[in-house]
Amino acid sequence: MGAGTDVVLRLDAITKRFGGLVANDAISLSLRKGEVIALLGENGAGKTTLMNILFGQYTADSGSVAVMGQTLPPGNSRAALEAGVGMVHQHFTLADNMSVQENITLGVDPLLAPGLNRAAARKRILDLAERFHLAVHPDARVGSLSVGERQRVEILKALYRDMKVLILDEPTAVLTPQETDDLFATLRQAVASGLSIIFISHKLHEVMAIAHRVVVLRHGRLVGEVATEDTDKSALSAMMMGGAEARAPEVSRTEPGRALMELRGVSTPNIGNAPGLKDVTLSLRAGQILGLAGVSGNGQAALAEVVGGQRKPGSGTLVLNDAPPTAWTPRDAVRRGIARIPEDRHKTGTISDFDLTENAILERYKGTPFSSHGWLNWRAARRFADEIIQKYDVRCPGADTRIRLLSGGNMQKLILGRVLEAAPQIILANQPVRGLDIGAVNYVHSQLLAARDRGAAVLLISEDLDEITRLSDVIHVISEGRLSPGFARGQKSPAELGIWMAGQGFADAS
Amino acid sequence: MEILEILFTASFWAAAIRIATPLILGTLGELICERAGVLNLGIEGIMVAGAFAGWMAVYSGTGLWMGVAVAMGVGMLFGLLHSILTVPFGLSQHVVGLGVTLLATSSTYYAYRLALPEVTSPPKITAFQPYEIPVLSDLPLVGPALFSQTPFTYLAFVLVLAVSLILFRTPLGLAVRAAGENPAAVAAQGLSVTAIRMGAVIVGSGFMAMGGAFLTMSAFDSFFFEMVNGRGWICIALVVFGSWMPGKALLGAVLFAAFDALQIRVQQTEFGADIPYQIFLMMPYILSILALILMSRRAQVPAALMVPFNKGER
Amino acid sequence: MRLEPIENPGIARRLGPPALALGATVVIASLLAMVAGANPFSVLGLILKGAFGSQFAILETLNRATPLIFTGLAVAVAFRAKFWNIGAEAQLYGGALVTVVFGTGMLALPAYSMLPLLALLAVIAGALLLLVPAILKVRFGVDEVVTTLLFNFIFLLFISMLLEGPLKDPMGMGWPKSARVLPEARLPRIVEGLRLHWGFALALIAALCVWVIQTRTTLGYEMRAVGLNREAAAFAGIPVNRVLLQTALLSGGLAALAGFSEVSGLKGSLTLDLSPGYGYTGIIVAMLALLNPLGVVISALFVAGIFVGADSMSRAAGVPTYLADIMLATALLLMVLAILLTRFRVVRG
Repeated sequence: MGAGTDVVLRLDAITKRFGGLVANDAISLSLRKGEVIALLGENGAGKTTLMNILFGQYTADSGSVAVMGQTLPPGNSRAALEAGVGMVHQHFTLADNMSVQENITLGVDPLLAPGLNRAAARKRILDLAERFHLAVHPDARVGSLSVGERQRVEILKALYRDMKVLILDEPTAVLTPQETDDLFATLRQAVASGLSIIFISHKLHEVMAIAHRVVVLRHGRLVGEVATEDTDKSALSAMMMGGAEARAPEVSRTEPGRALMELRGVSTPNIGNAPGLKDVTLSLRAGQILGLAGVSGNGQAALAEVVGGQRKPGSGTLVLNDAPPTAWTPRDAVRRGIARIPEDRHKTGTISDFDLTENAILERYKGTPFSSHGWLNWRAARRFADEIIQKYDVRCPGADTRIRLLSGGNMQKLILGRVLEAAPQIILANQPVRGLDIGAVNYVHSQLLAARDRGAAVLLISEDLDEITRLSDVIHVISEGRLSPGFARGQKSPAELGIWMAGQGFADAS
Repeated sequence: MEILEILFTASFWAAAIRIATPLILGTLGELICERAGVLNLGIEGIMVAGAFAGWMAVYSGTGLWMGVAVAMGVGMLFGLLHSILTVPFGLSQHVVGLGVTLLATSSTYYAYRLALPEVTSPPKITAFQPYEIPVLSDLPLVGPALFSQTPFTYLAFVLVLAVSLILFRTPLGLAVRAAGENPAAVAAQGLSVTAIRMGAVIVGSGFMAMGGAFLTMSAFDSFFFEMVNGRGWICIALVVFGSWMPGKALLGAVLFAAFDALQIRVQQTEFGADIPYQIFLMMPYILSILALILMSRRAQVPAALMVPFNKGER
Repeated sequence: MRLEPIENPGIARRLGPPALALGATVVIASLLAMVAGANPFSVLGLILKGAFGSQFAILETLNRATPLIFTGLAVAVAFRAKFWNIGAEAQLYGGALVTVVFGTGMLALPAYSMLPLLALLAVIAGALLLLVPAILKVRFGVDEVVTTLLFNFIFLLFISMLLEGPLKDPMGMGWPKSARVLPEARLPRIVEGLRLHWGFALALIAALCVWVIQTRTTLGYEMRAVGLNREAAAFAGIPVNRVLLQTALLSGGLAALAGFSEVSGLKGSLTLDLSPGYGYTGIIVAMLALLNPLGVVISALFVAGIFVGADSMSRAAGVPTYLADIMLATALLLMVLAILLTRFRVVRG
C-alpha cells in the first residue's frame, strides 16, 4: 500500500446531537498521507454529519479536529479549507449560471484583492485538467454540463487549491460504472501525488476497490475499523448492519399480463439543459416491474412527467387501457388509477407545513369522499389519514402533526399510503428510496413488490443500478432521452448496462 | 414634426440625464442587493430618507459632499436593518422591504416635522451647480447634454463603472454574484454568505439613499413630501429591464428618463395641451410595466434571488 | 448563527416573542415622543384615550377600522397564496369609483336593491383591476409586487383625471370632487344617532366569510397549498394558475368593498384623499393578524385605534401624527421577527 505513516488528519472524540438524536457519538479516527479511508455506513449512520463537522459546516458538541497537528477552530469552513481540507458534497455546490472557471476560482483569492488574474487561473485549470484527466472547458457554463462533468469541476476545485485532504460524499451515486472507474483512476493518481482521501459510501464493492482502510459507522457510533486487505464484503456488510440484519424482501418471478399503459414513439421538447424524450416506446404491463436505469438528468424527469400527467407527449401517443386519454393532467392521471411517488418527497411529494391529514388528501380532495360542491369533509379526510397511519405504520404523534416533523421514511410511508390506498393499476415510483435508511428501503420495496404481485404495473426509476437489477422484471436504460430495448431480468450485467448508460449502443448513436 | 425636433436639442438630453441620475443610483443600489440574492423593497422609503437626510445636513451647515455622505450613511443604516431581518433571520423579503419603506418614510416625515415645525414652504439650500468639464463640454450636442451636469451626476456615472468592474473583475464581485446564484457554493468555499449578502444590501441601500439625495441636492434645492413618488418602484423595474447588468441598467434609466423628458415637452406643445396632464404623468409607470413585460421572458434572474440561506439546513 | 426549529414550542415560547415585540414598539414610540420633547407616558395615555376613551372615540376607531378590515382581508387572502397584492389602494379606489359612477344617478333603485348592486359592481371592478397584474404574472411571469405598486400610481392619476374632467361636481366650487351619491346609495347607520354605518357590519361578515372559505372549502385548501408550496400543489394536480387568478379576484373584490363602504357609508362622494393609504396599511393589518381573517378584525381595530389616538394626541401634545406610522412599521418588522422566533431558536455554529 502506498500509505505513508505521517498523520495528516485526526478526529478526536467527535460528538454531535440534533435534538434528541445522537448523530455522532465520540468518533475518533486518523488519516495518513496518501491514504484512502472509506467511511462506510447506511443512510442515517452519521457519515455526512461527521464530514460536515470536519469541514467546519457544523460545530461539534464536543471533540476536536486537527490537520497536520494543528487543531482547527470549530464551525469554520474557511479554516478547514486553509488547512487543506476540501469537500465534494453529494449535492454539488456549483453556481449553474457561472462558468467553470468562475466556480473554481470562487473564494480562492482574498475578497478584497484588486482583481482576478484570469489568464493564470485559466492556465492552471487546463494544466490540472490534463494531468488528472478531468476534461472540462474553463469557459463552459456549469448549467450546461452533465452530472459527471460537474463532479469533475468539484474535484478540480479541490485540486486547484492544493488540498491535502479530500472528502468525497457518495461520489459514485450519480455516475455510470465506467465513469466510476475513471473517477477511481483520477483519485489513485492524486493519492500517488500525496493527497489523502476520505471516501464516503455504502457500496461495498467500491469501498473494496479504492480504500486502504475502512471505517464503519452505525447509528452514529464507530463500530469497526479494518484494513481492506484483511476483510471482505460480507464481513463489512455484517459490521454495517449490526446483529439485527435487515432482510431485503424476496423477489419472486411472475408472468407479466397485458399492457396497461403504452408510450408509442413519444417525444417531448428539451427543457433548458434537461433533455426531453426522443421517440420513446415502452409498455407497462400488469404484474411487472419495469426498471428505468440511467444517470440522472437524461430524460427520466420528462418520462415521469408524461406518465404522471404533468406533461402531454409532444409527438407520439400515450395509450392508457388501449385508448389515448382525452385529457391528461395530474388530476386525470390520478383518476385513471396512476399512483405517483415523486422524486423529491420534501419539495414535490408533500407540503411541509400541512399536517398529515391535509397531505393525505392532496391528490384527491376534489370530489367524494373528501368534498362535495366545494365544501371539504374534514372528518372523512381525517379518517383516511388515520387509516394510512395505522396501515402503513407511519410513526407520528397524530394526523394533525405537520409533516415536516416526520423522518424521510415516515414521510414516504404516508405518500405510499396515499397512492396505494386507491388500489392503483399503474405505479410510478421515481427514486422511491433515495435517502432512506435500510429498514424503510426494504419496506418501500416490499410494498412495490406486493403491488406487482396483485397485478399492478410498476415503473421504477432509479439511479441506483443495484436497486434496478434486483427488483426489475425488465430493464430499460435511458440516455439523453433515448430508450434502450428492454432487457429481461439477468440478461445484462451491470457493466453492460453501464455501457448503455454512457450513451453507447443506441441505434442513432454515432 | 415638433416632437422629432425636440430629440435633437441638447437641452432635452441634458434634462434626460438629470432626470435619469436618481434612477441610475437607485437602480444600481437595487442591482447590487439583487445580485447578492436579496430583493430590497425598502428602496422607496430609503430614497425618501436619503433625500431628507442629505438636504437636512446641508441645511444645518455641512458641505454638499458631507450631505451626500450623511444621506448614504442613513441609507446604510436602513440597509443594515433590512439585511439583519432578511439575511440571518431569512424573513420574507417582501414583508420586510415594505416594512422598511414604511418605517423610513414615516420616520423621515416625523423628523421633518420635528426639525421644521413652523414652516409652510420648505426652506432652500444652495444645491450642486453644473460643472462644465473642460474640452468635453464643448463638443456639439454631447457636450452640453453629458458634460455640463452637476458633479453628483458625474459621480453616478463613475459609480456605475466602478460597480461594473467590481462585480465582474474582482474576487469580491465573483463572491457577490455567486451568493445570488447559489449561496451553498459560497459557503462551501468557506466564505460567509451572511456577510456578503448583508454587505451588499447595506452598500446598495447607501446608493439608493444617494439617489434620493440627488433630488433635494441637485435636481431641486429643497425637500417635499411625496417627492420620491414611486421612483424606487420604477428602479426595481429598471433592474429587470437592465438584466441585472449595471451598464444596461444605466442605459435603461437614460432611455426611461428621455421618455419622461419628452412627455414634459410634448405637454407644452399644442398637440399636448389637449390631453389631460395625468396621462403624461402616468407614462413612467406604464413604461415600467411595459419594460417588465418585455423583459419577462429574456432576463436571466439571479437563481437564488429571494431564497434565504440557512447553513444549518439539512 | 443559524436557526434551529423547535419541535414542540411551549406556551412561553409561543407568547413571549410577540409580547416582547409589542413591548419594544411601545418603548421605541416613547423614546421618539421624548425626542419630540413630550412626556412619553402622557403621549401613550393620550393615544389610548383618543382611541378608546369615549363613545365618540370608540365610534371613530370603529369607523376607521372598517376600510382597514376590508383591505386587511384583501391582503391576507392574497398573501396566504403568496400572491403579493400591494395594490389594494388602487382596488379601493376602483370600488369607490364604481360606487360614484353608478350611485350618483345612473341607477335609480330603492335602497334595498341599490346597495347590494353597488357593492357587487364595486367587487367586480376591484377584482378586474387585480386580474390584470395576475394575468401578467401567470402568463408572462411578471412580478406582481412591482406591477401592483405601479398600478396604484397609475390608477390614482386616472381618478384625478376623472375628478377634474367628466366626474367633476359642477357644484363643487372648482374642487376635484365628485357629485354626492343618491340617498338610496347611502349605507344607513347601524343604530340611529350613533355615527357608525353598516359598512362595519359588512366588514365583519366579510371576515367571517373569508374564514369559512379558507378553512372549509376546497378553494381555501387550494389557496393555502399554492401559497405553501407551488411545486407540490401543481404535482398533486391543483391548477395553480387558476387558483392564483381566483385569489386575485377575491382579493381585489375585498379591497374594492373598502372603497364602496367609505363612499357609501361615510363620505358620500369621491375625492383624491378618500383613502390615507388604507391599501398599504392593510398589509400591516394582515401581517399583524398572521393572515388569519378573524385576526384581521382585531388587528384592524388595533391599527385604527393607534391612528385615531395619534390624531387626537398630536393635537394635545404637539407630537407629529407620523408617530403612529412609525409605531405600526416598527410593530410590523418586530412582529414578523417575533413570529419566526416562536418556531425557531437561534443557535451558534
